[in-house]
Amino acid sequence: MSGHPSAYEPKTGFTKWLDSRLPVVRLAYDSFVDFPTPKNLNYWWTFGGILAVCLATQILSGIVLAMHYTPTVDGAFASVERIMRDVPYGWLIRYIHANGASMFFLAVYIHMARGLYYGSYKAPREVLWILGCVIYLLMMGTAFLGYVLPWGQMSYHGANVITGLIGALPVVGDSIKAWLMGGPSIGNQTLQRFFSLHYLLPFMIAGVVILHIWALHVPGNNNPAGVEARKDPEGLKKDTVPFHPYYTVKDGFAIVVFLIIFAAFVFYMPNVLGHADNYIEANPLVTPAHIVPEWYLLPFYAILRAITFDIGPIDAKLLGVIFMFGSIAILFVLPWLDTSKVRSMRYRPVARQFFFGFIATMLLLGWCGASNPDDPIIPMGSDQLVVSYTDANGNEATQTYEEYEAAATFRDQKLDEGVDAAIAVAKAPAFRFVHLAQILTLYYFAYFLVILPLLGLREKPKDEPTSIHKAVLGNDRAAPAPAE
Amino acid sequence: MKFLRFISAGLGAAALVASAHAAGGALHPHEPEGGWEFTGPLGELDMESVQRGYQVYREVCASCHGMRLMHYRNLGEPGGPFYDPEYPNANDNPLVKSFAAQDEILSTEPNDVGDYDYRPARTSDPFKSPYPNEQAARAANGGAYPPDLSVITKARPGGASYIYSLLTGYPEDAVISTRTVEVPAEDVTDSEASEEEVEAEEGAAVVEETETVIDVGHMDKLSHGDAHYEGELIQPLGQYYNPYFAGDTTPQWEGDPRHAPPGGFLAMPPQLTPGRVSYMDGTEATVDQMARDVSAFLQWAGEPKQKQRKSTGFASMIYLVILAVLLWFSFHRIWRKVDH
Repeated sequence: MSGHPSAYEPKTGFTKWLDSRLPVVRLAYDSFVDFPTPKNLNYWWTFGGILAVCLATQILSGIVLAMHYTPTVDGAFASVERIMRDVPYGWLIRYIHANGASMFFLAVYIHMARGLYYGSYKAPREVLWILGCVIYLLMMGTAFLGYVLPWGQMSYHGANVITGLIGALPVVGDSIKAWLMGGPSIGNQTLQRFFSLHYLLPFMIAGVVILHIWALHVPGNNNPAGVEARKDPEGLKKDTVPFHPYYTVKDGFAIVVFLIIFAAFVFYMPNVLGHADNYIEANPLVTPAHIVPEWYLLPFYAILRAITFDIGPIDAKLLGVIFMFGSIAILFVLPWLDTSKVRSMRYRPVARQFFFGFIATMLLLGWCGASNPDDPIIPMGSDQLVVSYTDANGNEATQTYEEYEAAATFRDQKLDEGVDAAIAVAKAPAFRFVHLAQILTLYYFAYFLVILPLLGLREKPKDEPTSIHKAVLGNDRAAPAPAE
Repeated sequence: MKFLRFISAGLGAAALVASAHAAGGALHPHEPEGGWEFTGPLGELDMESVQRGYQVYREVCASCHGMRLMHYRNLGEPGGPFYDPEYPNANDNPLVKSFAAQDEILSTEPNDVGDYDYRPARTSDPFKSPYPNEQAARAANGGAYPPDLSVITKARPGGASYIYSLLTGYPEDAVISTRTVEVPAEDVTDSEASEEEVEAEEGAAVVEETETVIDVGHMDKLSHGDAHYEGELIQPLGQYYNPYFAGDTTPQWEGDPRHAPPGGFLAMPPQLTPGRVSYMDGTEATVDQMARDVSAFLQWAGEPKQKQRKSTGFASMIYLVILAVLLWFSFHRIWRKVDH
């Protein structure tokens, strides 16, 4: 798989025999034992291993859950609770699977942010990055499908919102929507195909993960210094350490710390990341007051809802869908949008500020996605009372008041005159969540489409170290050893 | 340490979700005085309270609310309120058997001639349902459907505190009054005024009607805190105001519409009155006590395995922490000769 010469030497008769027929042990040895890995990787690099653990956990727990789950609209909700109540350790398996999805996304977001910061998507790792984006897309699909399966209120109404988005696409939207739902509306047939697809997609993820690792092992790891490990044997020896035991033990430590956080959710706050409404069985006739997706999709939900205006012939709904899908599609072309030759933002002080702005943007977008778009963040002025009544000429008229007493007196006076009158609230102008979301959406796209392309051409980066070895040894403050 | 950053990222995610739940115009549910016993990583349900709570459920709630996910046997299983180590199989537990046998249910199996008989419930049966179906439940409750209580503590933000706050949160008698208002006769439908009233007023342009009015500003639950509500709530017929119930009070509010009181109207009248049940263990059945007990019972019923969850969690955490420490030292030993 990798470019470096194989150091594997079969020792026993059997491994020699196998090696000349199917060199699978050699492959594993070269990929996960002897693989030369930059020696300056920090803890942000442990999330690849953590993600592999997450995927395995989800698949294993999911297989057991599928043994007990009933994919019918009448049985799904009760079967999930039956798993929690009557299946031995079913509560544990189900909580691991439900919280595991959140942990998976937490890890993938850190993994992606690390890639963004250290420029891991740049040549020669473009394909590696794109495969990662494919995995992320598949993960979002899998998570959405899985969230429908317990058949709670958010499952049903969330599915309604998402399939509605696809229906907004011109020409093909309705056909795709009908195909996804298996009919004109969400029902038993939808649940059954979602279950089938939810079982299929993780194995597709696993397949792409293999490609992802393959694409990683051809150029080798990027590293915090952003300079390639030297290719000559002596330089390679100075810049890298074999993956095992150096990174197996470091990743292993990080994985166990991650599992402690994971376990804290599973054992002590298993429902805190979910929505209470999803413990109410789906009822198509009752729509929840606020339909919100799971936390990991909130930023994109905020982008969707931020678009409240039409542009030319494209109406706001379709435009919102375009922006939401566009925000993910843009990641695929990132390697060609960033014009800087310097990988690590350690040496790009200006870009680094924009990067932290981007992280803040994503967190704030999540906040917007969780909030009601019309709620004020910064109120400007106070709400007014408007009394509307019919005036002497029979026209609609209004009068505005600050004080309730005055408004009520005026209304009663009008009512006594035999005229219809009523008080309504005129909301004060305010800076609302939808406005914040619009600004943040603008920054999101500007970061990829304007800042990264232009900055690479105009900024003056700091000097990069000549090698990983120098980056580690030199008293270059920008490249300290990990805190430990 | 760098891991603090990772942990804070996790907490950030949790905070995001928490903010998603904070929305809504109802009063925030609160714990009973002294708090719950079951909160925290080591907290356990007070099983005597859960036992009393089962009595409250059976004698008060069960006449309208079903618990279709619960079986009688659950009461005697490990972690259940009537678990007895002498009867590891809950189906042998005489107390649980007697609870089941007190309920008559329609058998799900046909008899020899193909009819369905009523028979005493067995431990393996689900809790008796108060109504045969949703339509029957609605018909008996003025159109409202009493929700199933099996997972109610997981299905409401605030959980057991919500149940407790709702049950004890109704306006006290002192702030409820009635008044007579005159409404145009054509607006009156039969359901709103009794027939005699309509007859007595026949021919008149207006009829008198009795309205229930709540002086919200003087309600115990709403009078402390910085918000003050000046005005009156007109309670619709067959509906009851509760500041903890998610809803909208503005249409029924006579006062400044910018400061309508929190909460909403629900079809369930206040249920708990002092002495409503006679506790088998002799505990005094105050409203607070009953609300607390039944909330604890529903907390258990929402997740009968929560005790097992916490004890397994404790062991898992110890294991993981030891493993992390060992790996930490292995990591340092292996890397000691490498600058990195």
